[in-house]
Amino acid sequence: MPTTVSLATGRPAAAGAINLNHPDHYFHWGFVIISLANLVVIVVLIALFIAALLVPFMKPRPVPAPEVDETEPAVRAQAAATGEPTWTGAVRRLGLRFLPPAKLLPDYQPAYVASWAYVFGVATLTALMVVIFSGLALAFEGPAWWHISSAGHFVNSIHLWAVELFMGFMTVHLWFKFWMASWRGHRQATWMTGVLCFLVAIFEAFTGYISQTNFDSQWIAFEAKDAFASSGIGALINPLNFGQAVMLHISLIPAAVLVLVAVHVLLVRVHGVAPPIEARAEHLSTPAPDSAEVAR
Amino acid sequence: MSAPEAQVPAHVDRRTEARRRAAAEGQPWRGPLRHYDIIKEATIAFVVVAVLAVALAALFSSPDQPPVTLRQWANAQPAGFTQVALSELQGTSTSATYGPPFNGQSGSVQSLGPVSIQKLLGVAWPLHPDLAFVIDPLSTLPTDPALGSAIRTWESAGAAQQKSWTAAYAKEVGKLGLGASIPSRVSGAGPVPQLLSSLLAMARTGALDAALVSHGTFYSSDYTNAIMFLGDSATSQDHSYWNEIVTAEHLQGSQWGVMNETGSWPGQPWLWLYSMWYQVPPMNSSHNADILVVAIVTILSLALLFLPFIPGLRSIPKWVPLHRVIWREYYRQAPR
Repeated sequence: MPTTVSLATGRPAAAGAINLNHPDHYFHWGFVIISLANLVVIVVLIALFIAALLVPFMKPRPVPAPEVDETEPAVRAQAAATGEPTWTGAVRRLGLRFLPPAKLLPDYQPAYVASWAYVFGVATLTALMVVIFSGLALAFEGPAWWHISSAGHFVNSIHLWAVELFMGFMTVHLWFKFWMASWRGHRQATWMTGVLCFLVAIFEAFTGYISQTNFDSQWIAFEAKDAFASSGIGALINPLNFGQAVMLHISLIPAAVLVLVAVHVLLVRVHGVAPPIEARAEHLSTPAPDSAEVAR
Repeated sequence: MSAPEAQVPAHVDRRTEARRRAAAEGQPWRGPLRHYDIIKEATIAFVVVAVLAVALAALFSSPDQPPVTLRQWANAQPAGFTQVALSELQGTSTSATYGPPFNGQSGSVQSLGPVSIQKLLGVAWPLHPDLAFVIDPLSTLPTDPALGSAIRTWESAGAAQQKSWTAAYAKEVGKLGLGASIPSRVSGAGPVPQLLSSLLAMARTGALDAALVSHGTFYSSDYTNAIMFLGDSATSQDHSYWNEIVTAEHLQGSQWGVMNETGSWPGQPWLWLYSMWYQVPPMNSSHNADILVVAIVTILSLALLFLPFIPGLRSIPKWVPLHRVIWREYYRQAPR
């Protein structure tokens, strides 16, 4: 005779204004089972996508085209400042060639960048900053803090919701960049670093879940070990080892995310955002006839 | 009379045009510009997102259901606990027969066709549940002559004798309901009743939880033993203490549990694609489900990564005119 076990009641957590600490509703459609909470998240993301697509963007303030390309004078000035060739000077010149100050911190951009579709990149970045700040506070106080302190629990809640925002914004950003075919014009590396950010962020979120030292961590780690073991990753990473999981979560993987994000953002600044599909020919520069000439 | 022009195949023309277009799209924009303040934009975005995160935290808080302990399990289901402990001693539990990276068995070894990466990489985290889950924790208990004698009897016996004892004990305990009490004496079971009664008593006080994570040292951060022991109840008893809670929370793999969270909080909806593959044939009944799903998701991830280089897929955005909506202002002001 099977024994019925009552649901663990849990410790009194610092409650939110809306109590979610009760069993969720689940929808069953054929083989699909989804919780109301997850469904709401997905619907919100789709609604954001549609709204960003349709809601008119802010009225543009046109600016005249800059009269000179700022790249060459900057490079020439830097070249002249060095008396004799140095590695440092070469790196500086290279940096200025590919990323002059006006490209790095621009105060104008192509007029076609006039859609809410473009805000999800910066929204993702800023959500990542909130994730990092809240994560640093959790790391500073140690892994037990958020279980025993209301302040700790609140910081953990900010961390969780910032992660949901980060992953959500990144997803909508990815959808838009796909529909804009943003890899055009030799921007493949920008797309690829973005996709890598997304994949590594999923792994970062996973290690976060198994670092919580609660019911979630136990079960998720137990379930995940089979996929890890079967793919060989289990020989390197044991999800049941809390020490390893939390170290990965706060050091190696966030470092990888930050490096990828930094490269991604720099690539966006170097190459700019992709022009509209079928943009008018006169709005696109003609490439230099001899790329070797440019390199010199 | 001029010479006839050489015929250029259409696909060569198309390729040349595509290359020319890609080169042009990679050059600085020569069309109309608009005012932009990147620092102001980033600052406003940060404030908005930070306020949103704090507001969501204040509104909805976050889940923190405490871990399940062996103490809770042993008190709720003494016979269920003892049946699993017996399987550890017999070497028949999921943990004991798992295979790499935990031991040299093959019970949970998965392969893609003839290739098993799991087997190839071997044992990384050695785990011997009969010792780690039963004998070693019992050896940490204060000296009890009866228990000490039972441990010595067990350790000095041959494999055939041990098998005979555990079989006799299994015959009695195996038929009990999970919540039943266990017998203190079983004929023909040698030291097994003493060993497992002591382990149950140890678990009921919470001492087993501590012993399984201590690894003989003061500090510890590895919960492999404790979670694997608990997990053996989840894999062998449909209504085990842990399974009942997990099922009620919709966290089982067959319930798309990878995506879900305790309570009514959202979980990891971004794992929907990963979770979905476990629900469809052949993965939903395959012994190799995990490696099959990992392989599929790896291929799909690589396709997403290299999408700009995949003919056909990379052209979808040109065929579906969503871009006409995104850039409608540009197209309105600069019609083709």
